[in-house]
Amino acid sequence: MSDSRPSYLAHHFDHLEQQKQSATLGIWLFLITEVMFFGGLFLGYIVYRGLYPEAWHLGSGKLDIALGATNTVVLIFSSLTMALAVRSAQVGNRKGCAHYLLATIILGSMFLGIKAIEYSHKFFPGPDSHYFLIPGKNFSLASPYADQVQIFFSFYFTMTGMHAIHMIIGIGILIWLYVKALKGSYHEHYYNPVEVTGLYWHFVDIVWIFLFPLLYLIGRH
Amino acid sequence: MSSAPDTSATAMPKNYLNEKITVSSWLLTLDHKRIAILYLVSLLAFFLIGGLAALVFRVELMTPEADVLRSETYNKFFTTHGIVMIFFFLIPSIPAVLGNFLVPVMIGARDFAFPKINLASWYVFMFGGVLALIATIAGGVETGWTFYTPYSTMYANSNVILAVCGAFIAGFSSIMTGLNFIVTIHKMRAPGLTWFRLPLFIWAMYATALVILLGTPVVAITLVMIFVERAFGFGIFDPALGGDPILFQHLFWFYSHPAVYIMILPAMGVVSELISCFSKRRLYGYRVIVFSSLAIAVIGFFVWGHHMFVSSQSTFAGLTFSFLTFFVAVPTALKMLNWIMTLHKGSVSLASPMLYAFGFLGLFVIGGLTGLFLSTLATDIHLHDTYFVVAHFHYVMVGGGVMGFLGGLHFWWPKITGRMYPEGLAIFAAIVIFIGFNLTFFPQFQLGVHGMPRRYHVYPEEFQVLHIASSTGAMVLGFGYLIMGAYLIWSLKFGKIAGKNPWNARGLEWETDSPPPTHNFHETPVVRHPVYAYEYASETSNEPDVQSEKGHV
Repeated sequence: MSDSRPSYLAHHFDHLEQQKQSATLGIWLFLITEVMFFGGLFLGYIVYRGLYPEAWHLGSGKLDIALGATNTVVLIFSSLTMALAVRSAQVGNRKGCAHYLLATIILGSMFLGIKAIEYSHKFFPGPDSHYFLIPGKNFSLASPYADQVQIFFSFYFTMTGMHAIHMIIGIGILIWLYVKALKGSYHEHYYNPVEVTGLYWHFVDIVWIFLFPLLYLIGRH
Repeated sequence: MSSAPDTSATAMPKNYLNEKITVSSWLLTLDHKRIAILYLVSLLAFFLIGGLAALVFRVELMTPEADVLRSETYNKFFTTHGIVMIFFFLIPSIPAVLGNFLVPVMIGARDFAFPKINLASWYVFMFGGVLALIATIAGGVETGWTFYTPYSTMYANSNVILAVCGAFIAGFSSIMTGLNFIVTIHKMRAPGLTWFRLPLFIWAMYATALVILLGTPVVAITLVMIFVERAFGFGIFDPALGGDPILFQHLFWFYSHPAVYIMILPAMGVVSELISCFSKRRLYGYRVIVFSSLAIAVIGFFVWGHHMFVSSQSTFAGLTFSFLTFFVAVPTALKMLNWIMTLHKGSVSLASPMLYAFGFLGLFVIGGLTGLFLSTLATDIHLHDTYFVVAHFHYVMVGGGVMGFLGGLHFWWPKITGRMYPEGLAIFAAIVIFIGFNLTFFPQFQLGVHGMPRRYHVYPEEFQVLHIASSTGAMVLGFGYLIMGAYLIWSLKFGKIAGKNPWNARGLEWETDSPPPTHNFHETPVVRHPVYAYEYASETSNEPDVQSEKGHV
């Protein structure tokens, strides 16, 4: 058995199929934990939105829909390049796999850049603006619902912040994959790491697909 | 503990303990058995810290006045005890030590599916634990282990941030362990080891892992919300802004109630193994126990509201949670009945691990039945936040969880270390622990019924006798643990060589060497018998009159 073992089959597995199935099951279980993790935030969001619909409407209207929409498009494209990276690895196109991983890294970084611009507009609203939307002591908004809008923004920053942390971790993993893909480590016999990271990336993408309407669009119908 | 037992020529053949003995071979090991030892040593250290904290406030409670600790210091001591014991001892105890060691061996695998994640889980755990200890040393946290808002987010000192981070990080180590368990049990069973041939310990680990995976992320995000509120001043639960502290309680108990099943299901798995082995028969109602474990895992997620009967929950919600809480007792009772049926007409022997199993049965019944008083709405209003709750909780968690852990530790000690401990001393220690435990916690039921609230260190004089009894019991209990620690350490060097199967038990772990070789088995085992096949002789049995069944095993 040991003479025919390829280097990418870990010592404790009997064969590649077992290793691949374990990786796939593992990542799906991990994504379930992620659903529960974000689920807690979504639960809080739902409870407070039910209690304070006016504040949620008001807060949502203060978000930059153009930047949010751009980011949605960027992220969907990054999912496409991620899927193409997995596909390239599966059909043995080692070069294509590396290129698509790089494209995904770039698109992911673009998302974070745009998010940073959006955050900075909130942190530095400019001299003539008469509100400050960062929750905490300095929060100010001329509205009878100001307190509850502050809860909206607490959720906005916690949810998008948690999402951004997941993006940063994802980009870190992608860079590591990219370095290995350049060496041709992933091919039709062994592509678990790319596939598994792809599932994670799509998951983080889907979280944004929920966050975007719930945060940006509810105030505009 | 980290030094391997005697590696001289007369001792053991090559095994996971003596193959390499450098420090880095331990700290960078990917062997699940060594990781289990790392966990064992660190968990015992946390157990010691949590136990000492308890002894200090038990000393304070011997008099009605505050003479050893001030109120705030007293709060810090019980918070340390709670955080350390729950997050850093009980939750990881059986899964991370016995589960880590046994799951691959029991299913005939060479390791977990993800050995690096397994090692990472220990480092993550230690990082979380160290943060929590720093919070304690830096001045302590006085919120109690439940971190209730708005106290934790607006009034408590800022060490609460560190403690919350510690608990948050430790949660990831649970998740990593649970994920490894499920994938490994699904994908890496030996040929012939079908689902219903799995030992009940494996089923218990599986059910526990499900609860860990579904529950832990929820407490993680809850702790994140506490963190951003306390550290950045974000308003999430702040009532001044219209926030809802009760939402925190819902989120917190959504995990923290299932967490008691994370602590007790593994103990139930251990007890199933013990009862089967020391009755020398297949467990009565094997499948019932399997499905009751899964049922507990599922129903356990729908009972959290019974922690909030007096937190302005609606009567309808209260009734529903009360009913569901009674309902979750049904699968537990089924297990109990099946264990008793196994003992009935079994050839029961009273070895030290079995004493812990009996301790579990008795104490857990008391813990479970007193739970019914608390899940009844009317009685709960009287008993809520009294010592009755404290006693109930400790009967379940110490009487159940810790007894299961100690029973399992004694049962598999010869497999883990290759040596036996002195049986006479072990029986003595088990009896001391049993007496000490009951002396500590039984009086607390009476204290609670008479109205002694928990978390107070100054109390009316008429409670003093019962408090003295309880504090004396705590010392007896601590003494019992000390004896146990002493003979276990002694046995590492001087214990009798155990052999493959000292208990004449069944299961793949008893068919390999003690201690097992690094890859667990010399060749992949094939399973041809049902589980707990005491009707078949074991190849590795020490009993002289067993005929060899080479063709079968």
